[in-house]
Amino acid sequence: MSRQANRGTESKKMSSELFTLTYGALVTQLCKDYENDEDVNKQLDRILFSNFLPRGYNIGVRLIEDFLARSNVGRCHDFRETADVIAKVAFKMYLGITPSITNWSPAGDEFSLILENNPLVDFVELPDNHSSLIYSNLLCGVLRGALEMVQMAVEAKFVQDTLKGDGVTEIRMRFIRRIEDNLPAGEE
Amino acid sequence: MADEALFLLLHNEMVSGVYKSAEQGEVENGRCITKLENMGFRVGQGLIERFTRDTARFKDELDIMKFICKDFWTTVFKKQIDNLRTNHQGIYVLQDNKFRLLTQMSAGKQYLEHASKYLAFTCGLIRGGLSNLGIKSIVTAEVSSMPACKFQVMIQKL
Repeated sequence: MSRQANRGTESKKMSSELFTLTYGALVTQLCKDYENDEDVNKQLDRILFSNFLPRGYNIGVRLIEDFLARSNVGRCHDFRETADVIAKVAFKMYLGITPSITNWSPAGDEFSLILENNPLVDFVELPDNHSSLIYSNLLCGVLRGALEMVQMAVEAKFVQDTLKGDGVTEIRMRFIRRIEDNLPAGEE
Repeated sequence: MADEALFLLLHNEMVSGVYKSAEQGEVENGRCITKLENMGFRVGQGLIERFTRDTARFKDELDIMKFICKDFWTTVFKKQIDNLRTNHQGIYVLQDNKFRLLTQMSAGKQYLEHASKYLAFTCGLIRGGLSNLGIKSIVTAEVSSMPACKFQVMIQKL
């Protein structure tokens, strides 16, 4: 009986490790393919006008559908609500952690997500020759892609990173503007 | 506790990413498959280490293959292998009738030729897992009709 219960929690932990390990293999492969860390950072996030492959962004674009289907949250009325939903619902659902929200800018359009422990870096150490690599940059791309699908243009970047020796991992999110629905070119 | 949707999306992104950065041609296709397989290999090695920390020693090869079919597959893909066949001489065929990584694609002949790209990572996963359990093998996969697929494991006797 107890053996069964053990298996249950073990397998949940294992699937998160599967994701962590797969992400690690991906970053390693990228480091091998591209010589400098800047390019790898771009690969993981995506810059709009480069023809680099959009990785995190693509994942975010699809993840938002899965998220909305499963979480039943309604429309967010402002950026604060959005921040709450991201931290309390989304992160919990997909990574099992609840980051805290701090450092709101006076205008209310920027905030920081503080992650005590980042599950992506569970078994990871950054070697010296890759000190400028933003390992978890995928998260920024995912956040950007997902929010763009709900009509919000945001910028996400890492301010602190436990891999680089900081105490916590901090992502700074900045609201740029609301995206209006554009009719495709040619249709009036 | 990462959700399985995350892994699925990340895997698909990886496949399309590896292919986008390569050019056309037979050689490139092989190289991409190798890259994906190698990534799977690393992940399989790490995963099997974590997983078998507390389990008992395996009696023999068949026991290991059964472990892969039941516990390992359940952890990774939330279901067991549907059918395991062997010729008792080092060749095992694992059949999965509803492979998780292929269920999102249309069930039919349309994308059959592309299916192998999505199986490369998993072949590496199996190979890596077996390698860290002390078994050297070659793993290939084939798809005859989506989303069912067969993984063939050939044990290499040293």
